Amino acid sequence: MAKPLQTQNRRWIVTAIPYLWMVIFFLVPFFIVLKISFSNSEIAQPPYSPVFDLIVDGWDETLDKLASLTTDNYLRLIQDSIYSSSYLSSLWIAGSSTVMMLFIAYPIAYGMARAPKSWRPTLVMMVILPFWTSFLIRVYAWIAILSEEGLLNSALTWLGVIDEPIQILSTNMAVYIGILYSYLPFMVLPLYSNLEKMDDSLIEAAKDLGCTQIGAFWRVTFPLSLPGVIAGCFLVFIPAVGEFVIPDLLGGSDTIMIGKTMWEEFFNNRDWPAASGVAIALLIILMIPIMIFQTNEARQQEAGR
Amino acid sequence: MSAKALGPVRRKFAPWNDPSAVPLIKIRDVSKSFGSFTAVNNVSLDIYEREFFALLGPSGCGKTTLMRMLAGFETPSAGSISIAGEDLAGTPPHKRPVNMMFQSYALFPHMSVEKNIAFGLEMDKLPKGEISARVEEMLKLVKLEEFAKRKPHQLSGGQRQRVALARSIAKRPKVLLLDEPLGALDKKLREETQFELLDLQMALGMTFVIVTHDQDEAMTMADRIAVMNHGQFVQISPPAELYEQPVSKYVADFIGDINLVEGRVTKNERGHIVLGSEVTGGRIEASGETVAGLGDKAWLAVRPEKVSIDLQPPNDPTVNTASGTVWDIGYVGDISVYHVKLDNGGTMRASIANTRRVVERPISWEDKVFLTWAPDAGIVLTK
Repeated sequence: MAKPLQTQNRRWIVTAIPYLWMVIFFLVPFFIVLKISFSNSEIAQPPYSPVFDLIVDGWDETLDKLASLTTDNYLRLIQDSIYSSSYLSSLWIAGSSTVMMLFIAYPIAYGMARAPKSWRPTLVMMVILPFWTSFLIRVYAWIAILSEEGLLNSALTWLGVIDEPIQILSTNMAVYIGILYSYLPFMVLPLYSNLEKMDDSLIEAAKDLGCTQIGAFWRVTFPLSLPGVIAGCFLVFIPAVGEFVIPDLLGGSDTIMIGKTMWEEFFNNRDWPAASGVAIALLIILMIPIMIFQTNEARQQEAGR
Repeated sequence: MSAKALGPVRRKFAPWNDPSAVPLIKIRDVSKSFGSFTAVNNVSLDIYEREFFALLGPSGCGKTTLMRMLAGFETPSAGSISIAGEDLAGTPPHKRPVNMMFQSYALFPHMSVEKNIAFGLEMDKLPKGEISARVEEMLKLVKLEEFAKRKPHQLSGGQRQRVALARSIAKRPKVLLLDEPLGALDKKLREETQFELLDLQMALGMTFVIVTHDQDEAMTMADRIAVMNHGQFVQISPPAELYEQPVSKYVADFIGDINLVEGRVTKNERGHIVLGSEVTGGRIEASGETVAGLGDKAWLAVRPEKVSIDLQPPNDPTVNTASGTVWDIGYVGDISVYHVKLDNGGTMRASIANTRRVVERPISWEDKVFLTWAPDAGIVLTK
């Protein structure tokens, strides 16, 4: 009887570790941010109130402090149009880049999956290769490419497409280019892993039953690749909504994205409660696609069985 | 699915012996190479309407490549294929009057059973009413009416096989190609399905071309079997002829179990051959014809079930005899196979039907036995 109990205990430890990790590094910080989002901004250290300390304050004062928590920060999110336009602009930029990305990544992934088997590991390697360089450095490299004296403008001038340099850097265009470049592997890889394991005989069966090559693609290949499409879209869309580095470095003053607004709130205005409110609201907005993503994954696993 | 319910009963059917019969499928001098590898090497073949034709051979013999050329998935490197008088060169798979049932079934996982079956009909742009009527008919034919709304992954292996079959015959093709159709089923189900396929083929009056590596499957179902090896036909014959009159040691060995006894021709008169064999230590008489001349090397091929085994020497000393000791007994249930080490070296096998429940065998290990067979039990082969 002693032994099974021991194994049970050990099993409990194994499952507890990831939970503990999540509690310490995700749940606790989340609740701290949540609490700050209901606090008042102060010019103090820390820059918000109230600050709880159960031992010093005692029960009564703690209750008073609790009563002083406020929902003002959230009301401001609704009232001040800078926030709603930041959210909308972020969703729009992330959404439209995700759609553009799909059109770029699908042919790449399809081509990779159709390539001779011996080439495929190399092709996957080439997609992953940019990750070996720091993300920040790669975005800085784009500044050099997109600036008025940059590579792109010189190349276009040399080719005679344009007479004088056009402004690409510090526009939304540069933000799109940055997002498309940075997140491409996140779309290509799930699509590739889906298309690569597709059974060729399904396409042959479709042709055998009277489908043309293109018909077989739309009726068989594409519908079957939808889980890969959905996975890729969420892997791009979710982080792109909260993107800060790309709009900050490549975008202009008229590029508003929620990540940037949050950064300004936090560092420029030192308004921690407002920044926390922005963060919590963003989390809630993103919960919806994340939950759709998870149900999709679960359904796919169900079907795979 | 009984034969009675579906109409015609198996009849004598041999259009290949009728010089006036026009073949449905004509394969002429067809070769197919992949790089330096020749998968199919200059083969010609006629297949007739309503025939159940089997391509049989070990893996890599070219049978699947030949079938894929019929379906249009591979283009012949040389030669021509025509169906119903129409040359198929340059006709893509989706325009050919053939349908194929895939070894993996290739059911569309995102479509229900009825959608799978309707797929080909929808491609033909048939009216909606006709499609649903045809789908219903097919579901009934393969007894899957209650499973119409299920997805393939919710079905058992046998059910999936029947969906694949229904989908491939729904368009009523002139020719149905079946690539190892029963390969994924267990033995019992496979045997049942063999007869179901036969009944179905007769009821539909369709021409079936089946690719298989399973000789039992080919023997049970096919009107004719083409045995393939190294990209060529070794023999094309009805099952009984293939079994009783193989043209070579390869065919004899590939189909069923066989004893091959080496010898030299000492006499070759019309219909009567005598071999001198060191293996049996005597003369072997055989009936039949052979191209071998006197003194040439030849093999007597005799099936184990045509060899008698006895503890006593035969009364008639002129009968074909080989003596030896029982080395091993293979009990298979319905038959027992006796492996006999001959006195002159070499082994022969004799099989006996177990007509009674075996408690104690009259012949056992290490027994001295005599194997005998009639002159017309075996066939003399030269290659």
